[in-house]
Amino acid sequence: MSDVNNVFDVGLWAMSAQMVRMNTVASNLANAGTVSGSAETAYRAIRPVFETVYSQEVDSLATASATSVEMLDREPEKMFRPDHPAADAEGFVYKSTVNPEEEMVEMMEASRQYQNTLEAISTMRELMVRTVNMGK
Amino acid sequence: MAASFMDSIGVHAEALKLREQRNNLLLSNIANAATPNYKARDLDFEAALQSATGGGAMRVSDPRHIATSAGPGVMTPGYRVPVMPSADGNTVDMAVEQMAFAENTVRYQASLDLINRRISGLMTAIKGE
Repeated sequence: MSDVNNVFDVGLWAMSAQMVRMNTVASNLANAGTVSGSAETAYRAIRPVFETVYSQEVDSLATASATSVEMLDREPEKMFRPDHPAADAEGFVYKSTVNPEEEMVEMMEASRQYQNTLEAISTMRELMVRTVNMGK
Repeated sequence: MAASFMDSIGVHAEALKLREQRNNLLLSNIANAATPNYKARDLDFEAALQSATGGGAMRVSDPRHIATSAGPGVMTPGYRVPVMPSADGNTVDMAVEQMAFAENTVRYQASLDLINRRISGLMTAIKGE
C-alpha cells in the first residue's frame, strides 16, 4: 500500500488492520482445542501489532496499520494423556495457548472498530458529495 | 454594493475548511481507537476560525519578538485530555469522538447550506426571474 493522502486511504489502512486482527482471531479460534506432541510445536495464539501511520501530505490525517503479527508469550499447558496418539514418550500432550473467551472479546472489538471506521468514512463521503454539488 | 461576494461567503468558506480538518482529525482518532500509545487530537474550532479570519496570533515585527503559536490560517491541533486513562496509553474515547464527529458534521452541513443559500440568492438576482 502507498501513502495516506485522503480520508479513503485512512479507511483503507484502518479497516485492513482490523481485518488482519479478525483473521488472527479466526486462526486462533480454529486452533483453540488442538494439542501437540511437544511444547515447541504446540499452537501459540497470535496477535497483530498496531501502529499509527501519519499522513505525509495532510497534517490532520493519521491511520492505523498492522505492522506485524506476533505470537503471545505463553507456555502451552502440559496435560497427562497417555492414551492420546500424539502423546510424547512420557504420555504428555501440549495444549494450544488460545483462550476462547479472550478471542471472542477481541473479535467483537475488531468488528466494532471496523464498523466505526466505515461509518465515519461514509459520513465524510456524503459531505464530499454535497460539497461537490455546491450551488446546484 | 460595497460588500463583495467573498465578504459574505468568506467566513463560511474558512469555516468549511476548518470543519473538514477537524473531521479529518476525528476520523484519525476513530481509526486509531485500538492503537497503543496513540494520543487523540482535536482542534479548538473557535480559536482556529478566529486566527483564520485575521484575528488571533500577534504580529512579529522585530526579530527579537517571540512568535505566538499560530499565525492566520495555521492549524495547531491539540491533544485531548482523556476521560479515563487506559493501560495501553491510548487516549481515544469512542463516545467523545463520535459525539464530536456528529456535531462537527452537522455544523459542516450548516455552513454548506448557508453558502448554498447565498449562491442561489445571487443566481436569482442575476437571472431576475
